[in-house]
Amino acid sequence: MARKPRSLRRKTYYAMKMKRAVHLLFYKRHSKPGAKGWELRRELGSDYIKVTNLLDDYLENLDLQVKTVFEEGSPPENPTREELNRARFFITLKGSLKTKEAKLIGWRIDDIAGLAVSIAYIISKRGKASRKEVGDVLRNKLPNWRVDINLNRYIRYGYLNEDENGQLYLDWRTRTEVDEKALVDLLLRTESQSANQTSEERDTIGT
Amino acid sequence: MPSTSRKKRLGREELQGIVELCESIEDKGLNPFLVDIEDLVAIMREYFKEWEKPDELILDAEALNRISTIIKLQSEWVKHRATSLYTDPFLIEDKLRTLNVQEIVEVFMKTWHPIVELEQISIHGLDESLKYWESLPPLDERWKNIGFQEWETGTVTLKEMVKQGLLADEAFSERLENFWEELKGDAGDDGKIDYWNFIGAETYKETVDRAYLTSFLVTYGYATLEIHPLEEDIFVKPYQKPVSSLGKEQLVSVPIPVSYEEWLRWRESREV
Repeated sequence: MARKPRSLRRKTYYAMKMKRAVHLLFYKRHSKPGAKGWELRRELGSDYIKVTNLLDDYLENLDLQVKTVFEEGSPPENPTREELNRARFFITLKGSLKTKEAKLIGWRIDDIAGLAVSIAYIISKRGKASRKEVGDVLRNKLPNWRVDINLNRYIRYGYLNEDENGQLYLDWRTRTEVDEKALVDLLLRTESQSANQTSEERDTIGT
Repeated sequence: MPSTSRKKRLGREELQGIVELCESIEDKGLNPFLVDIEDLVAIMREYFKEWEKPDELILDAEALNRISTIIKLQSEWVKHRATSLYTDPFLIEDKLRTLNVQEIVEVFMKTWHPIVELEQISIHGLDESLKYWESLPPLDERWKNIGFQEWETGTVTLKEMVKQGLLADEAFSERLENFWEELKGDAGDDGKIDYWNFIGAETYKETVDRAYLTSFLVTYGYATLEIHPLEEDIFVKPYQKPVSSLGKEQLVSVPIPVSYEEWLRWRESREV
């Protein structure tokens, strides 16, 4: 029987590895989703980065991506093998969801707004703010009884972390899912329509 | 010129003040540059030669440690301001207050890339489920006792009961025998007595004591309970001879609350 050409063998090899990577990255096996670099290396071999890059290219058509989150926080320019082994790999949405789509994944609009406000406020406070302060900001837009429920939910999901002194920090899920810089930039650029309307109405009345 | 002891007292107050100031900056996340480090160090230097006792030196070390924390915070503050993420917190706070919920959500949705994750049962979960299934009694057995909850019985030693004052220090078996005789005497013509009418006493403590003894009468086969779930009636029926049902049928523990409120209700119903 004739042997497959070398390029075909390589293709089959990586197709198999990609399938295995999909199983590892999509299905949740620990308390956190995704997989650590060292787990991928153990299951996929030393060229696991090539496999995840191929998978990333493949998933792009489906508006998904392989996201690497480094322990050190901000991604290093040229990550070392050690840094990659310690990093966690996730599958995330590459683009963004429409507001009405968020309901499909179980989020109420108020809950998303509360999460956005909590994250933005903590970023503005250099990554740390007291639970009371964040709660006070949320009470501005959310009913009082929802504030604690929501904060506990964000903590449970891994968006926020709370220490024993009641200080809130951004946690692993925020670092993975939220483009913090873009969030702050967009917030500052967005003009409130309701505020504009009020000033326009004021001008009209004035004239 | 202040005396040495007065200077020491003043110095301690100053150090305490430094510790508290640094703590409040750290805890409240205030601008660490509000503190003039040189001033604080000068104060510490001024009093340092006065310290002799260990507690004075410890206070001095703590103040120095707090100052070093503030220097670290200053360094982080500068680093953060140098990053592209730095924006005046008041600007963001103001935006968060002026934008309505819909606007905030629209901004957030553009920057949010949620993780895709699928939940599935693990081998461990499957193993646990199989063990549970194996130990689960069939429905007909469980429905047989519907209306009652089965509880694992706890244990308490006689010594503990005596220590807590629930039992007198007399031979327990003798007391149980006497109590059984009392039950046989109190049972009506139909051979049973209402549970609360039997255990109820003038004081709550005595009532609990009698409930405890009754539970032993039932467990040891001196009596049984007759329960009418719909009417919520419980009767105690004494046996003329102890009956052992151990190994013959499945024993079921029946929890009967003997709370203070229940006892008050029982007493009031007696008075009416």
